[in-house]
Parts: sequence; structure tokens; C-alpha cells
Amino acid sequence: MDLYEYQAKHLFDSHGVPVTAGEVCSTPDAAHEAARKIGSAVVVKAQVKTGGRGKAGGVKLADTPADAQAKAEQILGLDIKGHIVHKVLVTAASDIAEEYYVSFLLDRANRAFLAMASVEGGMDIEEVAATKPEALARIRVDALEGCTEAKAREIADAAGFPEAVKDQVVAILQQLWTVLVEEDATLVEVNPLILDPEGTVLALDGKVTLDGNAHYRHASHQDFVDRDNTDPIELRAQEFDLNYVKLHGEVGIVGNGAGLVMSTLDVVAYAGEEFGGVKPANFLDIGGGASAEVMANGLDIVLNDPEVKACFVNVFGGITACDAVANGILQALVMLEGKGVELTKPIVARIDGNNAVEGRRILTEANHPLIELVETMDDAARRVAQLAAGK
Amino acid sequence: MAIWLDENSKIIVQGMTGAEGTKHTRRMVASGAQVVGGVNAKKAGEEVDGIPVFASVAEAMAQTGANVSVLFVPPRFTKDAVDEAVDAGMPLAVVITEGVPVHDTAKFFQYAQNAGTTRIIGPNCPGIISPGKSNAGIIPADITKAGRIGLVSKSGTLTYQMMYELRDIGFSTCVGIGGDPIIGTTHIDCLAAFQEDPETDAIVMIGEIGGDAEERAAAFIKDNVTKPVVGYVAGFTAPEGKTMGHAGAIVSGSAGTAAAKQEALEAVGVKVGKTPSATAALMREIMTR
Repeated sequence: MDLYEYQAKHLFDSHGVPVTAGEVCSTPDAAHEAARKIGSAVVVKAQVKTGGRGKAGGVKLADTPADAQAKAEQILGLDIKGHIVHKVLVTAASDIAEEYYVSFLLDRANRAFLAMASVEGGMDIEEVAATKPEALARIRVDALEGCTEAKAREIADAAGFPEAVKDQVVAILQQLWTVLVEEDATLVEVNPLILDPEGTVLALDGKVTLDGNAHYRHASHQDFVDRDNTDPIELRAQEFDLNYVKLHGEVGIVGNGAGLVMSTLDVVAYAGEEFGGVKPANFLDIGGGASAEVMANGLDIVLNDPEVKACFVNVFGGITACDAVANGILQALVMLEGKGVELTKPIVARIDGNNAVEGRRILTEANHPLIELVETMDDAARRVAQLAAGK
Repeated sequence: MAIWLDENSKIIVQGMTGAEGTKHTRRMVASGAQVVGGVNAKKAGEEVDGIPVFASVAEAMAQTGANVSVLFVPPRFTKDAVDEAVDAGMPLAVVITEGVPVHDTAKFFQYAQNAGTTRIIGPNCPGIISPGKSNAGIIPADITKAGRIGLVSKSGTLTYQMMYELRDIGFSTCVGIGGDPIIGTTHIDCLAAFQEDPETDAIVMIGEIGGDAEERAAAFIKDNVTKPVVGYVAGFTAPEGKTMGHAGAIVSGSAGTAAAKQEALEAVGVKVGKTPSATAALMREIMTR
């Protein structure tokens, strides 16, 4: 889960990383009040989970509370690369002497962590890495040893931080490492980390990604879930504990196993090219077990998506035998009808693997008017794309 | 031969007394694997279907000569359980558990690296099977017969699908390496082992979006693998920034796309199938010519 800047700074602050004071606001009036409390010039910053908000007009300086209110009025509701601004952060404007960059992230390739630091912060760090790689220090951090003071000093030295700020940077690096470890984050990034004219180093921005697998040991992370900006179908799927991602297309997908479902989306998209660009409507992995109840919940979610014209159930019976899967599909439809769900959309089913012959026999004999059984994944994808295209 | 797992492998199950552990222990035994013990400190001295439960991995190894451990331990206890297997010097630990925090995985992986005694497969994986010889994990044993294809995959069900499509030709060993951001055994480890294995003639490699493991595997193949390799990559239609089921399956910015992986593999001469069936057909062509 990616956090907003204001949430990241909240975590920074709770672990001692120096940040500028600020308040998150959802209305221009609240921005006025926040600026009045701060009592100096402020910056009004759009809270969106994408880069480049400054260029998009999402960050504005305001001299007075009335000005902050006006700027918030302009920024709230902006569309920045498809992200609508619902909140702004009103924070004290800082004079900037220098801009730096520091981050810790999971290094998948080396199966450890990586610290990155540069005294040339403020700009897109991927651009720095590409055009001036010597300006970006990259230091491996061992998962067991962590970022000790010696390691933090090694990072600060490698990046070439000036002596005058080095002790502050070393302390901040250790605090950011604490954020990474104690909050179970996979990314902690500060860009820019600034030096103000008084010689104080502080985080002007913040980016944090939290590990979803670790939510069980951080009850407070639930507060970071952004329900306003989550697709309503995804929210409903979460209530059923389903692994669902909303896409934009006409073919609803229900499958078992993340890899097989990703593959199903691809195969449907290829087949859809033949039928005027029909696309998959979602990712939905109902897992290895695929009980009737889970199948029913999955079909409930997918068939209720107004964009869906036809549904593709693609199951490989591994641990669960195909006869159980076939019965699960039939029971799922009965359960949905029992709940008063009106079933009208065609369902193409492909079941293969353990006891496939028996599973197919069950579906064929049931002769359900909405279910069409197709033997292979490729043929089934073509058929469901054709149905979704209304051909 | 096969890789890492054969008819002489003696398996213990950490978490054997739990529901999943018991269910899959029975499946492993039914498929002919030698399961010699389980581990649960609180249930030491008990038995599951006549298989003894030991208090620790070290005790289980001393009593049975076990050289493989399969872990069905819940996420919050997985790190300690893997560390215990490493401390006991267990040569192979297969971590089936899904949902392990990545900081825990980073720590137990580093712990195993430092000890130098233990290969870890997983976490969040279906395990490893050498058909007709042994089976450590949850891969159904009746999908395919033994043969001379090696298979390495991030995805469980795509592993099963591929085994099924090529079941008449058969497999030496199939390894489900798992879909987490940090995994103990990589595509490269498997490619290297299959290259050395006299019972493997060709390799199927299944990847998916996220990270750059497939790109690095391509570079490894170029310099080190002379056996034919056929590839498949899932997730061409995945949107940026969304986790697709597996914790590691995410396109971040322009990194980790399926297109980049396919391109890297094709650039080193690996034939990449457009669908699982097309991939199986490419391998069939190699094995039957």
C-alpha cells in the first residue's frame, strides 16, 4: 500500500524524522484555518499518489490564509494523471538552501535492502540515476545488521554530504531505517530532504510503501486505507476477502491461482483483438481451494460489474478436483439466485486438470442455460470475447 | 538424478499437526514421498497417521536422517521456523506459507546465507516435485509422469497447467519458486541446476510481472545454459501499480513489465509462447524432434 505524503510524514514524525508542521485539509475553509494557525507563508500541496504534481499545478505557495483558501480551491478537484485531488496538505513554507535525496528500499534482485542517497535532490531520481549515476550513492543494507550508525555514515560519505550537515543526515538515515523496519515498509523515500538557511535538515516530502503481508501486526495501518479513492467493486471484493483488481473491459474473469489468472487476462485480451478490442474487466483469483461459496462470492462480484457483458470461469483443478469445481459453479449459481441476483450474463467455463472428464460431464448434464463449456483455455477465451462483443 | 529432490529424500513437515499440514502430509505420502516426521514442540511424542512428531527440527533430523523440511507454518511463526531449520543444518527448506511479511523473509534468507547450510524454496510457493521419485509441497503428484523436462515457475497453477499439457512427455523436476518479492531459490538457481542435471534435456521457465528476475535469468542463459529453454511470461494486461495476486507481481513505473521480460528472453534466443498452450507446443516440438 502506497501512502500519501501527509501519511508518510505522520510516520516520519512518530519516529523522530524532522518534518515541517502541517495539516491535511479537504476543503478550502479548512486550508484557511490551517494557514492561520501556522501563521506564516504556507505551501498548499495536492495529496495524490503519483509524481509530477508540481508541474501539474498541484503545489502552490500562499502568503496569507485567504490566499491559502484560494489556492486550495484551485487544487482540490484537480485531475493529476488520472488521480483526483480530494485532500491538500497545508504546510509552513520553508526557505531552501540545498535539496538532497535519501531512500531505503527492498532490493529484490539482491534479496536485501538498498540505501540510495544524493546531494542532488529535488528532481526525478530516476532521471538522476540515468543521466548522472555517479551522483547517486547506492549502498547495500543487510537485513540482519540493519542501518547502524557506521552504515549510515558510509551512506552519507558515499553520497558526499558536506561535513556541516553530516551528523544530522546520519541521524535521519537511522530514523528512516527505523520507519522502514518498525512499520514494515518496502520503500521509504525523502525527495527532497532539505537544508534550510538556519542549517537544519528536514524532510520536505515523503513517500512510503507498506507491506500488505505485515498488516496483521500493525492495526493502526488500517487508518491509511483510502476508501474514498478505492473502486467500489474492489471494496466489496475486500469484504469477501477476495483477491480482486478492477480493470476496464467487458469480460469478467474468475480463476484460481495468481499466475493462471494473469495469463487468462492476457489470453482474453489477445482473443478480444479479433472482436473489436474486447478486454478483461478484472483480475480475480479465488485461490486453490475454490469452494462453492468462494465461487459464488466471486461470480457475485464479477456479474454485478455493470461493465461486464460475459464471464470467463477458468479453473485448473490441482488440489481441488474438477468434479468439485463443476459442482461448485452450479451451486454458486443456485446460491446467487437464492440471494435474488438476476442472472443474465453468459458464462464460459473451462475446467481442466484433476478429474476433468467427470467435471465436464457434470456441467454438460446440468445443461444450465447460461453456462457454456469450452475445452481449452485459448478456445474459451475466443468464445467469451465473442459473446462479450455481442456476436 | 533430478534436482534437489529424489527417491532418497527424507522429508519432515514443520506444521504437520495443523489442518493444511496434515492434509498435504497425507497427499505427499500417498504420492510415494518418504515423509519421516513432523515438528511441533507442543505435540512431541504424538503421531499423525503413524508418522512421529518431534519437538524440534534438530531432533527430527537426528532420529530420522531427514534432509528436506516442508513448512506449513502460519506467517507470524514462519521466520522462527525457518531459522530453526537453518540452525539444525537442514539442507533444503520448502516454505509453502503465503503471506509472510517481506522483512521476515529478508531476515531468514540472510540468516540461511550466513549459515551456508540451507537452500530455501519459497515462500508462497507450491513446492518441488520430481515425478515418480518424491514430492515436497502441494503440487498434485498425479498430473504428469516422469520425463526429461525441467520446469521452473513463479506461479502454482501455471506450473500445474504446464505439467498437464506436457504430461505425456514428462518432467524430471518441477520447482514452484513462488511469487513473493524475495524468494530463496530463483529462476537462475533452477536453470543452473537443470543445466547440470543429466536427466534433464530441456527447460520450461514461467515468469510473471514484477522485479527483474526474468531479465537476469535471460543474461544467465546467454552465458551458461546450452540446453533448450522455452519461456512464458504472464501479466501483459496488468495495470501499473496494482498487485496482481502475488505480493511480488506488480509493475512499478516502467519496471517489471511482461513486455520487457519477453524481450530480454527472446534476445538471448529463448522461444517465448504467447499463451500457456503455445508455450507447451514449443516445448513439445523440441522434445519430439
